[in-house]
Amino acid sequence: MLKRRIIPVLLLRGDRVVKGKQFTDYRDTGNPVMATRVYNAQAADELLFLDIEATVTGRSRLAEILSRVSEEAFMPFAVGGGIRTKAEVRALIAAGADKVVITTGAVERPEVVSEVAETFGSQCVIAGIDVRREGNRYAVYVRSGRVRTELELQDHVRKLDELGAGEILVNSIDQDGMMGGYDLDMLARAVEATNKPVIVCGGAGNFRHLEEGLRAGAHAVACASLFHFGDNNPPRARAYLKNVGFPVKTV
Amino acid sequence: MIGIIDYGVGNLRSLRNAVDHVGLDVDVLTDPEALASCDRLILPGVGAFGSAADSLRARGFEPALRAHAAAGKPLLGICVGMQLLADVGLEFGEHRGLGLIPGKVRPLESSREHPIPHVGWNDVKSQRKHPVFDVPKKNVDYYFVHSFYFDPESPDDVVAVSEYGRIFATVVARGNIVGCQFHPEKSQAGGLAFLERFAAWDGTC
Repeated sequence: MLKRRIIPVLLLRGDRVVKGKQFTDYRDTGNPVMATRVYNAQAADELLFLDIEATVTGRSRLAEILSRVSEEAFMPFAVGGGIRTKAEVRALIAAGADKVVITTGAVERPEVVSEVAETFGSQCVIAGIDVRREGNRYAVYVRSGRVRTELELQDHVRKLDELGAGEILVNSIDQDGMMGGYDLDMLARAVEATNKPVIVCGGAGNFRHLEEGLRAGAHAVACASLFHFGDNNPPRARAYLKNVGFPVKTV
Repeated sequence: MIGIIDYGVGNLRSLRNAVDHVGLDVDVLTDPEALASCDRLILPGVGAFGSAADSLRARGFEPALRAHAAAGKPLLGICVGMQLLADVGLEFGEHRGLGLIPGKVRPLESSREHPIPHVGWNDVKSQRKHPVFDVPKKNVDYYFVHSFYFDPESPDDVVAVSEYGRIFATVVARGNIVGCQFHPEKSQAGGLAFLERFAAWDGTC
């Protein structure tokens, strides 16, 4: 049986790992190579590296960091930040990436999603969506949460699905770093709009939150603060989720 | 030495790193003539069956690969590299494989519960003992990324199976040839152990 995944997220600024709240107030939490070594020892299911400055500055050290971590960690890596072209994806794959996350690019240059899916396969493309709640709707934001678009969550999920994304990553800016639980309404709307696996991100503060995400239909739960702060780690999270009845990876 | 055949499909960096990490002498081969100097070979692969088969042939690897297999030296196919061991691939038309393990490569059926591609960690259940894949006590998960599966003609060639909408072969073997649908180079300790066993295998069963 295919296992539900718990995906630690490493936000990168330059060559450091950072963690913020509501896409701002970033704090330095360490070195990506060291962090990867720890997650590798804990047999994390997959790692997600997101460069939070790449879209804004137009520069990224993702490929360089990835080539260093892929020498010592033998697990799937997904990477994102500022991706707009097939050539950039090719370089990231050559550096050891298995999948790429395209968020701002998927709004400002949607054809990049289908170009990458056609060349490297849809399993290679995670379409990212950052949203804020506005009453009874969710507005899609781009450029690391700085720019609001007119797009609505479900319409955008359907469009990314049609363009050939293999997975959808939905992230709540409101919940980010608050550790109060995922936005389950946001998640349910995304799951309703697509048959593709949905990864939920933003807000997990304890294992119960991960359970809630899976019960609401997420195929994978992504989290950063949960593992950065405190003594929680992927093996404990897997043990908890196994106890409440979800299939998780056996190592 | 273990040779990894580079026929232009996919990135071999992770595979090379993994083989290197388990302490084995490894080389990535772009020239078919280099195959003869290897005591064992890995045929990797990603993407579509037809274009992978075409690319392997266009680069002239087929005769050297056949000579290696006929000499009884160990050969491991990974993912699409495993599927290429079959007679025929039914992905975007009908394509000829290497025919080293009789069988066909067929599409997995998509459904709401089982979206295609099959991506992620799944368990692999042993069907019979084999020197390269022997999981006696507990099942360990391996990492998969694929939309097609190898359907061997003979059940004797199936070493292990997995389940995703259907049960399908995930480790196949015949004589000195073995193939795995999962990616050992992305499967952490279990994957590295698999590569180590392949490296220690003399090609007999």
